[in-house]
Amino acid sequence: MNSAGCESSAAIERQQMAVDIACVGFGPAMGGFLTTLSRSLLNPDGTPRFESPTMPGAPLQVVCYERADGLGFGVSGVVTRARGIRASFPDLNPTQIPMAVPVKSEKLVYLLDPGKASRRSLTLRAADRFLRIFGKFVRFRNEAVELPYIPNFLQKHDGLVLSLGQFNQWVGEQLTSSGLVQIWPGMPTSEPLIENNGVSGVRLADQGTDLKGLPAEGFMFGMDVCAALTVVGDGPVGAVGRQLDAHFGLPKGHGIREWALGMKMVIELREDCSLEPGTVIHTFGFPEPEIFGFLYVHPNRLASVGIFVPSWFRSPVRTAYRTLQHFILHPYLWRHLKGGALKSWGAKSLQESGRHGEPFLAGNGFARIGEGSGSTNVLAGSGVDEAWTTGVHLAEGVIQLLEEKRPFTRENLEEVYVGRRRASWVDQESRVACDSRNGFPYGMISGLLGMALAGFSRGKLAIPARSKSVSKVGSSLEEIYAGRISTAELKRMEAEAIALNLPLHDLIMKRCGWPEIPLDGKLLVSQQDALLMGGSVQAPPGYANHVVFVRPEVCRNCEPKLCVEMCSGQAITRGEDGVPSFDREKCVFCGACLWNCQAETRGEPSNVDFRAGAGGLHSALN
Amino acid sequence: MSTGYQIVVCGSIVPDPLQTLEPIETPAGPGLKNEMLLPAVLDPWAGHALYEAANIASRVPGSKVWLVSLGAKAKLQQVMMTIAQKVSFELLAIDGPASGFVDAHVVAAILAEAIGVIPDLDRSRLLLFGGWESASRGAGVTLQLIGEHLGILDQFQGVDQVNVQADGSLEILERIEGGRHQVSTCLGPPALLGWATGSLPEPRNNPQIGMVNMRTIMPALQRAKAAVLVQDGLRYRSVSPPKQQRQTRIVKDLSAEEVAREIVEWIAQK
Repeated sequence: MNSAGCESSAAIERQQMAVDIACVGFGPAMGGFLTTLSRSLLNPDGTPRFESPTMPGAPLQVVCYERADGLGFGVSGVVTRARGIRASFPDLNPTQIPMAVPVKSEKLVYLLDPGKASRRSLTLRAADRFLRIFGKFVRFRNEAVELPYIPNFLQKHDGLVLSLGQFNQWVGEQLTSSGLVQIWPGMPTSEPLIENNGVSGVRLADQGTDLKGLPAEGFMFGMDVCAALTVVGDGPVGAVGRQLDAHFGLPKGHGIREWALGMKMVIELREDCSLEPGTVIHTFGFPEPEIFGFLYVHPNRLASVGIFVPSWFRSPVRTAYRTLQHFILHPYLWRHLKGGALKSWGAKSLQESGRHGEPFLAGNGFARIGEGSGSTNVLAGSGVDEAWTTGVHLAEGVIQLLEEKRPFTRENLEEVYVGRRRASWVDQESRVACDSRNGFPYGMISGLLGMALAGFSRGKLAIPARSKSVSKVGSSLEEIYAGRISTAELKRMEAEAIALNLPLHDLIMKRCGWPEIPLDGKLLVSQQDALLMGGSVQAPPGYANHVVFVRPEVCRNCEPKLCVEMCSGQAITRGEDGVPSFDREKCVFCGACLWNCQAETRGEPSNVDFRAGAGGLHSALN
Repeated sequence: MSTGYQIVVCGSIVPDPLQTLEPIETPAGPGLKNEMLLPAVLDPWAGHALYEAANIASRVPGSKVWLVSLGAKAKLQQVMMTIAQKVSFELLAIDGPASGFVDAHVVAAILAEAIGVIPDLDRSRLLLFGGWESASRGAGVTLQLIGEHLGILDQFQGVDQVNVQADGSLEILERIEGGRHQVSTCLGPPALLGWATGSLPEPRNNPQIGMVNMRTIMPALQRAKAAVLVQDGLRYRSVSPPKQQRQTRIVKDLSAEEVAREIVEWIAQK
C-alpha cells in the first residue's frame, strides 16, 4: 500500500484526480450506499444539495470503481429476507428484477449418503442407519429427510430468491441513469492511499504491464484518485480492504478465522420439472457432513444450486467442483435436476467469521461496508441484505455529516455510521450469531447443536470456541483418512498425483468410493467446460497476475497443495519445480487460494498474495 | 473553417458471443432466449471502428467523434460504462432492438436520419465509420445503405488501416483474399469506412476520459428516442446459431505441431 498518499504522485508521473467520495467495489453494500446517497444529492428543484468541494458549482462527485467487467458479475446463492432492501424500495415489485421471486416454500433437508463414500462419524452413521430403518416414521425418501420444522432464525419464508448478478445490474442501472454517481467497471483498485494514519483516496491498478507487473506496451501508472472519503466495499478478499486490515490491524479480540467457498450453478430445469418458482431448499449432510447446500428456484425454469465448502472441513484435499457435481447427483435433488442444462456457474469466498472478523469500520477519511466489514450473519447464513443495510447506514451518516458540514474524521464517522450500525438489527443479530459456529470444528453434530444453542438462546449460550483459528488447525491426510486409507497408500497416491501433475482430490475421492461423474455434456460437464459454458472468464490484457506465490521455496516443499485442490477454475496448477503456476485466464476471483495456503497452518504468513486484478467471470446469471 | 474530421461511428451492442446463445421465436420475430439477462458488449467490429476513429481524432486537431448507437437503452447504458473509459466521444443513442434481425434497410434509414440531424455536423468533413458487417448478421449491407442515404460516394469496406497523408488525402487498406490488402487513395472526406479489425489494440481504461464522457453520455441516454421500426415483409423462415462442438482435453508439454496435428485430425473426423 502507498503510505505517502496523493502527495507522491508527481514524482513518477502518476496521474491524479480529485473526487469527493471514492468507492471501491460494486456489490450489494455499495448498492445500498449509492442508492441512499444519490437520493439526497439534489434539491427538489434539481439544484445540487451539496456542492462539490473538488468541482465547485457541481454536485458532489461520487465515483465507484469495480474490478469486474460489468456490474452484474457478482456470485451468490441468494435467498434473503430483504428487510433492508425492501426498506430502500418500499414499493419493490420483484418482477422488476430479472430472476427475482418471493419465497413460496422452504425446506430444510438432511441428505444421507447413498454411496457411503463420505467421511461420516460413527454417531452420524448410526443416525443414518436409524433413519433408514425407521424411514416410514420420519419421512425418509430419496435418501433424505425433510425436517418438519425450520427454526425461526434460519427461516427466509417472507423473503426473496434473487440472482445477485441481476440484482446488482438492476441497482446499477438505476444509479447510473440518475447521473448522480459514476460507476466504472473494469477498473481494479490496487491499494488505499494512506496518509497521516488516515486514507486520502485509492490508487488504481497499473495498466499496460506484463504478467509480472513490469511496464510493457502502453504502460500507464494507475491513477491516484484522491477523496475526502473512501468507501471500501470490495468484499472479503478485496485488495484495498485487506491492506487496510494489514495497516490498521483488527480490533482487539477480532480475527478472520473461518471461511467457506461457495460454488453454484444456475441450471435450466427440464420442461416437466415440478419445482415452482420461489422454492427454497437448504440441505446439510452431503456430499460431506460439513457441507451445506442449497437449491433456489427462480422464474422461467431457472434454479440456483450450490454448496459451501467451509474451512472447518479440514481435509487438505478439499475441493468444490466435483463435490458440487456429487451434490447435484444426490437422489433427492437429481429427480428435479436430471435433464437440466448448465446456464451459468461461479464461485466466491465467504468470510464466515461474521462479527468476529469485523475490522475497524471507520477511520480518518474511510469507512468499511459489506461482507469485508464483517456484516454477514453466520447463523442465518445471510449476507446480501445485511451488506446492503450497512451501505444504507453509511450513506445516512454521510448525508448527516454533509448537512452539518463536518469532516469525515474517524470520530465523526464512528458517531454517524458505526452508531447507526450498532443500533440496527444487523448488529443485534450478528451478536446473536457470532459464536454460533463454534461447534463445527468439533464435528458436524456439535456444530448443529451449537447453532441451535446460539439461535434459541438469542446468543446467550454457545459452545466454547477452539483457541486457535479453525483454518489454521492443521490436519494431515493421515489424520483425516485414518481408518480408511493407510498412510502408505496415501503416500503412494500423493506421489502419483505429483508424477501425473494432477490434483490429489480425484485420486482420493475415487479411492473412498465416490463414483465417476457421468458427464452428459449439458449439466454434468468437465470443470474446464464449465468455465466455457457457465459464462466466460475475462482477463483483459495489460494487467499483472493478481495471484502471486510470494516465496517459491515455501510452495516447493508444500504437499498436498491445497491452493491447487481448491482452485475453483483450475487456474492454479502444479507448476515446474513444485511451485504452483497461475493462469489468470481461468481465474474467477473466488479468492480461495488466499485462505487455503497451507503455510498458515504451519504458523507462517500466507504465501499467496491475492492482489487487485481486472476481469473475472463474465456471467450475469449468478 | 476547421480542418479536423467529423467522425461519426455507427456502433451498437451485441450479446456477449462467449455466452450460450439460444435463438427463439418471439412475438416480435427471432430473438435470443433470456436476451435481456445476457451480458452485452460493444459489437467488436464497431469497437475497432471507434478506436480507430479516436486515434485519428487525436492526431488531427479539431476533430470530433460521435458514436451513434441503436440498441436497448438499458443495455447501452451498461456497455457505455466500459466504453466511455477508453476514448472520447459524444453519444447519440436511439432506443430500439440491436438483435441484427431488423431489416438492414430499416436500420440504415433510422441511423442515417439520426446522423443527418446532428447539430453543427459539417458533412464536408464527415468520415462515416462502422463495422463492415455490423447490424446485418454479417451481410455487410447496413453501413453501405447509411452511406447511400447520406450521399457518401466514396465507400470502403473491410478496412484494416487508414493513413492520413500530408496533403489531406486518405490512404486506405481494404482487406481482400489471401491476407492481402487493396490500397486506395481517397482525396478526403466525406467518405465511408467499414472497418474489419483495424490494427489498434483496445485502449486502456482512463478514469478521466470516463468522467468527461459521462457528462454527455447520461443526458444522451435520457434523451434517446424510441426507434420506429416498420418491418415490411421481411420474414425469417428459420434461425440457428453456428453449430458448436466442444471437446476439451487438457494437455501439457505438447508441441505446437502436435497440437495442430490433433486439431486437424479432430476436424477431419467431424
